[in-house]
Amino acid sequence: MSKPGSEGNPLKVAIVGSGPSGFYAAEALLKSELNTQIDMYERLPVPYGLVRSGVAPDHPKLKQAINVYAKIAESPAYRFFGNVTIGKDIQVDDLKKLYHSIIFTCGAESDRRLGIPGEDLRGSYTATEFVGWYNGHPDFRDRDFDLSHDTAIIFGQGNVAADVSRILAKTRDELKHTDIAEHALDALDKSNIKHIYVIGRRGPAQAKFTSKELKEFGELEDSDPILVGDELILNSESETELEDKSNAGNKKVYDLFQGFSQQNPSDNKQRRVYFTFLKSPVEILGEDCVESVKLEKNALSGDAFMQSAKGTGEYSEIKTGIVFRSIGYKGIAIPGVPFDEKRGIIPNAEGRVTDDNGSAVPGLYVAGWIKRGPSGIIGTNRADSVATVKALIDDLDLQNDSNDMPGEEAAINLLNNNNVNFVSFSDWKKIDDKEISRGEPKGKPREKYTYIQEMLDVLK
Amino acid sequence: MTTVVTENCQKCRFTDCVAVCPVECFHYDDDMLYIDPDVCIDCSACIPECPVQAIFEEDDLAEDQKKWIEINASRAPDLPVCSEPIDPLPGAEERKSELGF
Ligand SMILES: Cc1cc2nc3c(=O)[nH]c(=O)nc-3n(C[C@H](O)[C@H](O)[C@H](O)COP(=O)(O)OP(=O)(O)OC[C@H]3O[C@@H](n4cnc5c(N)ncnc54)[C@H](O)[C@@H]3O)c2cc1C
Ligand code: SF4
Ligand code: SF4
Repeated sequence: MSKPGSEGNPLKVAIVGSGPSGFYAAEALLKSELNTQIDMYERLPVPYGLVRSGVAPDHPKLKQAINVYAKIAESPAYRFFGNVTIGKDIQVDDLKKLYHSIIFTCGAESDRRLGIPGEDLRGSYTATEFVGWYNGHPDFRDRDFDLSHDTAIIFGQGNVAADVSRILAKTRDELKHTDIAEHALDALDKSNIKHIYVIGRRGPAQAKFTSKELKEFGELEDSDPILVGDELILNSESETELEDKSNAGNKKVYDLFQGFSQQNPSDNKQRRVYFTFLKSPVEILGEDCVESVKLEKNALSGDAFMQSAKGTGEYSEIKTGIVFRSIGYKGIAIPGVPFDEKRGIIPNAEGRVTDDNGSAVPGLYVAGWIKRGPSGIIGTNRADSVATVKALIDDLDLQNDSNDMPGEEAAINLLNNNNVNFVSFSDWKKIDDKEISRGEPKGKPREKYTYIQEMLDVLK
Repeated sequence: MTTVVTENCQKCRFTDCVAVCPVECFHYDDDMLYIDPDVCIDCSACIPECPVQAIFEEDDLAEDQKKWIEINASRAPDLPVCSEPIDPLPGAEERKSELGF
């Protein structure tokens, strides 16, 4: 019998998740010399993961990455099975019987918790919920955000925090020609939020915003960025960090903050985004909904590039009715697959899934956010998936005997037997076309369907 | 707005940038790499990867580097795509230290 990947015995791979890491893994397999057949499973009827439902609607150019994925999907060796949740509709053990290898690229769909009192009060939300809601993710379609208050607080210092605060700071006119979900556009239009605090644990030299995203805060129609000069005072370690030539990105960010601090906010603009550093929330206060947050001032300690923030025992309070926690995503366990609860990832060694003893589980691989944790942007996942596929192919070379897997119909039979109403890539293209034509009269690149049933109804 | 490769890339061509480009918009000749502005989605993934800081967002270019916008735009489309890292040019490490990185 021939090796998987050879002429008569195609290497059959299931990919779980259709975000960037899933598509880059498919691409790497298709580009390899091997004879492969790839089935990609996605729990939603629609593909592209966080490029569709994470990346901000007002950054349309980034979303063009999907054109690359659509091209990968044209390969005759690729099939898409949407509306199929692995671990629920289909078990991993059943997949193992159909494929030589499974690559998990299912992202990090849950949130880290602050672990402070009041975190679950009404009015305290995760960035994930809010981002999913304005991007029309069906899981968050019916969330209701109370935007009637004048002050909102965002905990976090990264680009997700920047997205959330920018969307809150933008006017209807600034958003109406994006692919933001209609229900969110309408709700945001009625928002009373004028003061937006973006609060970070560490200092301005350690903020994880990119300069490009930060720059946008100085260019908004009805909002100005506010930075109190004191906030920008650096300790000597932070100065060392910014002087380091390899740290050009943070230096640029710091210079932008400095620029903001020297500008007077315009009287003609109603909204303000306040960048605040070295503060950690210790409690969210309120009777039955959020009324204020209690913050502790931090100080940095440790060597340059290793500094951590520690509380100083000095407290302050900000009144607010709505809080967004943006302190990091984490993965969700899939039944039948090892999971590292603490890190929120599938444990792995260079992309090979490992068990409790650290030994590789044959045939199981992982890439993207569920492999590394929620860091890195779209392109980071490309290098990451290429590395995982390399490990997969190296392992094939070590295999001498090979098992023939059942034919192409086996996956479809399994889905049918489990009564799964799956969506193919050509089905998705019908949904895609409809979304685009729904957007046209409004001058939007697309108007997304936001309920799973609506998506499936298009196919009737 | 676009993203451009500038002269620090010459004679070096470490291709760390290429591995993270989500849309394969780098092209190359014997000398260096160029970004096709019609394909680049300005995601900035490549910028911090470059060990000699050769890549800039258009807005961040110094005046005497602005010429690279046009050079990237005109050279890239006619050259082969560089979709995976290739070997650096000989002498790349020396050039890197020469440039102070
Ligand atoms: C708010 C936000 C803004 C961002 N902005 C940018 C940006 O501006 N620029 C940039 O370059 N990057 C940005 N990113 C990062 C980028 O989106 C990620 O790097 C990338 O999407 C991670 O890819 P992934 O494939 O690992 O995960 P994901 O994109 O999350 O894809 C995972 C997929 O798996 C599916 N799935 C999960 N569980 C199952 C299951 N059990 N069965 C079947 N399918 C399943 C999910 O539905 C999803 O489609 C942003 C991220 C977020 C959250
Ligand atoms: S990493 Fe920098 S020097 Fe190397 S090829 Fe890319 S742009 Fe050129
Ligand atoms: S900015 Fe992004 S899309 Fe453009 S060349 Fe760099 S990595 Fe590629």
